[in-house]
Amino acid sequence: MKPGRVLAVANKEWREILRDRIYFMLAFILPPLLMLVFCYGISQDVEHVPFALLDYDHSHMSRDYAHHYIVSRYFDYRGDLGNIDAADRLLANGDVGLVLVIPDRFQERLLSGQPTAIQALVDGTFPQRARTVQGYMEAINAIASGEMQVGYVSKRLGVSTERALQLLQPLRLEVRYLYNPELRSVWSVSASMMMFILIMTAPLLAALSVVREKETGSIYNIYASTIQRAEFILGKLLPNVLISFGNALVLWFMAMWYFGAPFKGSIPFFLLATLLYVLCTSSLGLLVSMLVRTQQAALVIAVILSVIIALQFSGMLTPVALLTGPNYVIAHLLPAMYYQDIVLGAFLKGAGWATLWWEALVLAGYSLAVLGVVYALFRKRIRA
Amino acid sequence: MNAHWLALPTAWRLWLRQMRVMTAKELRQLARDRVLLIFIIYIFTVHIVIAAGGIQTELRRAGVLVHDADHSAASRELIYRFQPPYFELKREVSDADAALTLLDRGQAKALLDIPAQFEKTLNEAEQPAVVQMMVDTSNANSGFLASNYATRIAAGYGQEWARRDLTNAGLDPDKLPVIRNETRVWYNPELDEAWFGTLSDLLTMMTVACILLPAAALVREKERGTIEQLLVAPLAPFQIMASKVLAMILVMLAGTALSLFGIMQPFFGVPARGSLLMFFALTALYAFTNAGLGLMVATFARSSAQVGLLVMLIVMPIVMLSGTHTPLESMPVWLQEVMRISPMRYFIVMSYGILLRGAGLNILWDSVLAMAAIGSVLFMLGMWRFRRQFG
Repeated sequence: MKPGRVLAVANKEWREILRDRIYFMLAFILPPLLMLVFCYGISQDVEHVPFALLDYDHSHMSRDYAHHYIVSRYFDYRGDLGNIDAADRLLANGDVGLVLVIPDRFQERLLSGQPTAIQALVDGTFPQRARTVQGYMEAINAIASGEMQVGYVSKRLGVSTERALQLLQPLRLEVRYLYNPELRSVWSVSASMMMFILIMTAPLLAALSVVREKETGSIYNIYASTIQRAEFILGKLLPNVLISFGNALVLWFMAMWYFGAPFKGSIPFFLLATLLYVLCTSSLGLLVSMLVRTQQAALVIAVILSVIIALQFSGMLTPVALLTGPNYVIAHLLPAMYYQDIVLGAFLKGAGWATLWWEALVLAGYSLAVLGVVYALFRKRIRA
Repeated sequence: MNAHWLALPTAWRLWLRQMRVMTAKELRQLARDRVLLIFIIYIFTVHIVIAAGGIQTELRRAGVLVHDADHSAASRELIYRFQPPYFELKREVSDADAALTLLDRGQAKALLDIPAQFEKTLNEAEQPAVVQMMVDTSNANSGFLASNYATRIAAGYGQEWARRDLTNAGLDPDKLPVIRNETRVWYNPELDEAWFGTLSDLLTMMTVACILLPAAALVREKERGTIEQLLVAPLAPFQIMASKVLAMILVMLAGTALSLFGIMQPFFGVPARGSLLMFFALTALYAFTNAGLGLMVATFARSSAQVGLLVMLIVMPIVMLSGTHTPLESMPVWLQEVMRISPMRYFIVMSYGILLRGAGLNILWDSVLAMAAIGSVLFMLGMWRFRRQFG
């Protein structure tokens, strides 16, 4: 294997990318564009859930209670309904996610110290939103009940409100949010997007660069030349890995400066791990290119596979620990999961070598294994 | 006069015959393209199965580490309440710093830190007993749920002590004003993720296929030069485009039926509460809408690879930002306005509406109208581009 010939292939590849407008776009414009689209699209913050009110009580206390929802940033007030049929219609069209029904005698029962139930009709079509809405409501109920009980107890017993609060809540749980204190999902999403976008674009670039030659027939020049298999593979890999690594840097800067995600980890470790990930995903692209003949097929396979891997098996949307059965195993056989741990660790948790060396090692081993398979599959002799 | 009157049906018959032949040609061409065929079958079957298991937003068995400095009956009782399905006790740690490294590595989700004198403080009832919980919120959603459930558990346990204190103070703890929540979850009472997962992924994959396939079909004719044959044939440009659209609509309907009746209903119990006839009619309308978009894209591209790239650039934002995985309301307002031009935004309302919510046209008519309008405009734009390119 001669370095000179590897560089020659790499140089040719580089020129080809620069001269092809579409591929130039794919290589340099697509990743930042995807970053913008996805960061806005995948953010899982449940906020501004539209809700309608159905107040049968029309009392001072029922209005006070509803006010908790109206001022909350988690809910958007869409008006007071006259009857339950209107609720039906709004929910069925997806216009509201919650209808809050305050029953008759709400104030009367509370003033006499009785437990009172409010009714919440929650749209269950988005299970995650429904669950979070229930969580918000529970928190609001706890606050509203707490205020009322403190007033009630201090009046009945003739003690201070502090004493009443102590009687009612002898145990308090102080929750501290680690890594993402503001529960801003865009912080974790923009970090995760590095994993997602790189597994989409890096294999695509690598796969297209070989399949393009197959399609145009210029691969026969390679077959006929003295260049060795390993030299060709490395020559193809080198510029693609460099471009994807450059993209990774751009995405990293966007996550930090545009979306404001805090980066707390070790920079040298993160750069090395990112380079390994890009190497790994580009190698996967070469693997795809060995198996297909047309650019179209390479594109479809690369994109669909990467979307599936990133959405289902990376731990981005669902933690890998929660996956069941075959999905859990599949996740461990794919590279995305390991890099996902690395990005989140490096961004939010401030982790470095000490905690993440194993994930980096897996990526390195993975790349070598995939390249080995590519080497075995690539033949200069055309199969009949 | 008479002859002219008779000639009209013949022209119509010929026109229909041409459409039938052309549509059959499109279907046959697709059937012979192995990669695309496998892709279509995959997205309507295997992919739907994967989608049902993959996305899991409920908190399940989140690992909890415990640092118990009290070792009392009270602290053990509180710890014991962190149980499945939401939590799972991992182990007890002797110092909180070691526990934080475990959180760093993602080996546990939360750390429960119970201070010394915990039981004593509760017994004296002079000051609140404060327990700390550190929650890993690098995934904001599950972090919120974990802290929410933990608060609920602690409040439940605290209430038992409060009952004692209140009774001692001379109050009946059952006679307190409290607001309870009687939640009724509509349409998906068990919050079965598989219903949402399979349906949202079916819609996503339909969108990808509906745009990609017609675009690929048209650009392939350009690539191979067979478009010239079609242009010299006695066919109107409308027929060339419409037959491709028609073929794709048929494929989409078959694929949707396959995944709805073959996978989603028998294996995951996804309901069809509204009219299925209407659902398939609207699926056809949606396929038409997207096919128009696909054909327009194809007029801009020279090769299959370019079409693939352009389709990707268009499909990604549509699929991500139309409210499939994230409800629309949580996006910035300007983005919500932009997404009004996405046909998928309306189709999501329709398909969730018909299948899960049992909605009818009386409720969905505005979405149907909007989608039909977008579809017609897209098809006409595609026709205009096509005529200009080849006319």
